[in-house]
Amino acid sequence: MSGRRTEVIQKEETSLMRVYEVMFIISPTTEEGDIDKLITQLSDVATSQGAQVTKIDRMGRRRLAYPIQKLTEGYYVVFTIEGTGLEIAELERRMRVTDAVIRYLTVRIDQELKRAEKFRSARAARAAASRATRSSRSRSQIAVAETSDEEDEE
Amino acid sequence: MSYPRPRDDSRRDDRPSGGQRRFIRARKSCRFCAEKIDYVDYKDTRLLGSYIPERGKILPRRISGTCQPHQRMLAEAIKRARNIALLPFVTA
Repeated sequence: MSGRRTEVIQKEETSLMRVYEVMFIISPTTEEGDIDKLITQLSDVATSQGAQVTKIDRMGRRRLAYPIQKLTEGYYVVFTIEGTGLEIAELERRMRVTDAVIRYLTVRIDQELKRAEKFRSARAARAAASRATRSSRSRSQIAVAETSDEEDEE
Repeated sequence: MSYPRPRDDSRRDDRPSGGQRRFIRARKSCRFCAEKIDYVDYKDTRLLGSYIPERGKILPRRISGTCQPHQRMLAEAIKRARNIALLPFVTA
């Protein structure tokens, strides 16, 4: 019973902290130095609001699948952010007013990662269970062998 | 030595056509289950691209053999990727 209760408490705690992935495209016309400046600027926006930017992944320049604002290329950057969601609102607002950011996409990934983790652990449990039944079967066979030995001794 | 599983003849497209020779099709299987992919990432364009035919549409599960849960994840990922211009909405 107590186990269930702690589980509920943990759920509430984790619901406050969410994991987001914010991907955005910077216009290829911006210079290298300006790109760096913009990235630090945007990550500062998130951190100043109390979120944590856990990862900054620069995917670099790549072709867009379709033209955006008549541009065919873009500089892709991905932030992984842990926060409550309020920071995301501020960050998105900033990106909207920044002309160099031509497109952004925010995805909440904590639930999906949890689900993936669940699948993984379920698979591990299944594998462990099948291993256990196999080993227990072999152990019972050994036990049978042992008892038959004892019978022989008698 | 493993043999291919016996075909399920109740499948619509496997119905014998007027006593003619039956086609033996390789059994489709879900690639995501086989490779134990629990989360379909929208950033993985190489993977998603294999489920996008020329026209840019999402490959139906009856063609690819993807299982229902994975197809759902895949469709979501493709739609995200389209929004951020990693994948096209349409290709002429």
